[in-house]
Amino acid sequence: MATEALKKSNTVDSNKTKVSKWLVDNVIYVVLILLVVGIVAASPDFLSMTNLINILTQSSSRIIIALGVAGILITAGTDLSAGRMVGLAAVISASMLQAGDYAYKMYPNLPELPLFVPILLAMAATGLVAALNGVIVSKFHVPPFIATLGMMIGVYGLTSIYFDRPPYGAQPIGGLSEKFTTFAQRGIKFGQYEFPYLILYAIIVSLIIWVIWNKTQLGKNMYAIGGNPEAAKVSGVNVARNLIIIYTIAGLLYGLTGTLEAGRVGSATNNTGNMYELDAIAACVVGGVSLSGGIGTVPGVITGVLIFQVINYGLAFLGVSPYIQFIVKGLIIIVAVAFDMRKHSKKK
Amino acid sequence: MTGSSTTYLLEMQNITKRFPGVLALDNVTLKVKPGSVHALMGENGAGKSTLMKCLFGIYSMDEGEIIFNGNQVSFASSKQALENGVSMVHQELNQVRQQNVMDNIWLGRYPKKGIFVDEKKMYEETAAIFKSLDIHIDPRSKVSTLSVSEMQMVEIAKAVSYHSKIIVMDEPTSSLTETEVNHLFKIIKRLQSEKVAIIYISHKMEEILKISDEVTIMRDGQYIATRSAKDLTTDEIIKLMVGRDLSQRFPAKVNTPGDMILKVSDLTAETQPSFSKVNFELKKGEILGIAGLVGSKRTEVVEALFGIRAIKTGTIELNGKVVENHSPKHAIKNGFALVTEERRSTGIFPELSISFNSIISNMKEYKTKSGFLSDRKVTSDTQWVIDSMKVKTPSQKTSIGSLSGGNQQKVIIGRWLLTKPDILLLDEPTRGIDVGAKFEIYQLINQLAAEGKGIIMISSEMPELLGVTDRILVMSNGRAAGIVDTKTTSQEEIMRLAAMY
Repeated sequence: MATEALKKSNTVDSNKTKVSKWLVDNVIYVVLILLVVGIVAASPDFLSMTNLINILTQSSSRIIIALGVAGILITAGTDLSAGRMVGLAAVISASMLQAGDYAYKMYPNLPELPLFVPILLAMAATGLVAALNGVIVSKFHVPPFIATLGMMIGVYGLTSIYFDRPPYGAQPIGGLSEKFTTFAQRGIKFGQYEFPYLILYAIIVSLIIWVIWNKTQLGKNMYAIGGNPEAAKVSGVNVARNLIIIYTIAGLLYGLTGTLEAGRVGSATNNTGNMYELDAIAACVVGGVSLSGGIGTVPGVITGVLIFQVINYGLAFLGVSPYIQFIVKGLIIIVAVAFDMRKHSKKK
Repeated sequence: MTGSSTTYLLEMQNITKRFPGVLALDNVTLKVKPGSVHALMGENGAGKSTLMKCLFGIYSMDEGEIIFNGNQVSFASSKQALENGVSMVHQELNQVRQQNVMDNIWLGRYPKKGIFVDEKKMYEETAAIFKSLDIHIDPRSKVSTLSVSEMQMVEIAKAVSYHSKIIVMDEPTSSLTETEVNHLFKIIKRLQSEKVAIIYISHKMEEILKISDEVTIMRDGQYIATRSAKDLTTDEIIKLMVGRDLSQRFPAKVNTPGDMILKVSDLTAETQPSFSKVNFELKKGEILGIAGLVGSKRTEVVEALFGIRAIKTGTIELNGKVVENHSPKHAIKNGFALVTEERRSTGIFPELSISFNSIISNMKEYKTKSGFLSDRKVTSDTQWVIDSMKVKTPSQKTSIGSLSGGNQQKVIIGRWLLTKPDILLLDEPTRGIDVGAKFEIYQLINQLAAEGKGIIMISSEMPELLGVTDRILVMSNGRAAGIVDTKTTSQEEIMRLAAMY
């Protein structure tokens, strides 16, 4: 009898630990669901296809930049220059995609280019800058925080020189060609709803990044470099080369983000993308990416971004003061990471 | 190419390596025959790892040549060395703890299907290697969930998986139990039969004599001798290593145990599985050893005494009074001190000075009335540590990371003596320390006991326990299997107790 009772309590115990382990491991998904449930409880109207599409649309370009930053965070690095690179790409692509009849064209004599040319140019520019970050970090051993801080400031200067020049000076680069705005603003029609291309781009990028992280040597090397750089080195991993590639991929993603932002907003300035890197880093850490490296998943990063967008959109929907939204977001970052630390630190 | 060179698989000839101001390797020669186990011995700082780093291209040598498999080679990186059949089991477990076992084994050379990593092949090959080596670990389990000895076995399997012609093993048994060591030796024998040569670096004399064919001994960056292992004895090796006659490995005992100072009753850890119902007493001026296999929860017991681990039940009585150490801070206040097992991760602040490392546990003593630290007192206490522990260092400002392991350990012991403890807990106090420095640490322990301190010392080296302690508590699977008198016990009795539960 007694042993039976003991056995029973043991299985209850182990079930309990299983549930609590699952909760701790998947806390961010639970948080996202709770947020949505909470907002819906406060205002049932929130649950609509329009709102869902709006949230996903707003999340799309943020997911792309966040996935770039996340790769670098997983190598135990960081990238403060991501937002400024978004700005660089936005200005470059917008300047070459102004409508032919627009009065204030940056390049009055430039013929209308096929869409992919300016996009690839913008991505090449940020890819190059990010590769330089990778070289500085891996070859000159400058800590990523410092390297990318310097790059953040420098790139802003570069973008501003490109942006603020005669004849029109510091005017937002607007009058974008229709095919560009279509590319970034329109979508596929399903009955009364329009499913924006932006969401499609984010899905494609997420899939590609998921494959790179989970199915390729580069991805495994990325986790290894972040988890234990010494082990990677003695196992014959070319740490510097892998780091440069990972930074470059991030740069390409920032370039894409910048282009999409310019198209979505309909104009670009040298301040486009300002501080996006901090939002991206926040989304990553909330999504379970470890700043000390070696840990992070694509679904986690996406969920991190979604959590912030649900807060943004949902609280605005409820009419909550934007100042309070800041307080909520700040709390979420700290609480999420505090929870995450519990996962990694076992009680003795 | 001379005909004689073909009898060797690896010849490192007249290797010289200079660092600014230091001659790290002075004309060193190492010749390894195929299918042999070649032990490389020397005190810490003798140049063993520098020599291996020259082999792997981590350091570039200033003079000398390396002939491997009949060809002159000079590897530019560990990757090149690995590709050419030279691999290494590192002393620090170089593993990515966040990834799984097979990811670690194939790191740097994942099997691929097109541009993708071939997970299936990776799993099958890992499983096959584990099977052939009789290792029972799931290739898909995360490294962070493995025990230290399992990690060690994974490292060894990884080196084997390269199909290397020569494998360097740097202290491969430092965290293995007796059974696992025997398992490793079986693996080594198998590799030998496949004509793989092993360069075996270890401080454990008994192991060296058991497993190796030849022994090369280095001292102070110089080549001393290469002998056949069967012609050597422990004493001879020590003599060659330290360059002087250590008539005994252990200093004569000078302490006499007095009155009881510490009584531990029914101590049980809060988070199980761990230790339970541990009872023992410690006398003033006594050295109590704690023996046991890896995983027998020895460290956990001293951590509980020191307030790092929570206790569910049981009492700790110091001088007849019950004390409750809820945190190291309480423990220090109550007169306990703990020299931890992992010196590098929980002992030293490697970048900081000897001075900082000496006074860190005793900071409040240096506060003046104004709230600032007294430089004069800090300096004089640091000097006390350096003088009384006989720390070899150029200055107080030297960073502790640049000292040898033995000197680091002396600073750590000195740090704790500054807190004037009654009970000194030492967890593997001589791990990774060379023979000469070990002797000095033993002397220090003896002397502290003679001054009336109660000392508890965990050790995995049986001769050390038998040579230094007065009594030995043997732990087995979280329980106290018995307490034996060092004078009358034997290695066999301790082993029997250690395997009791």
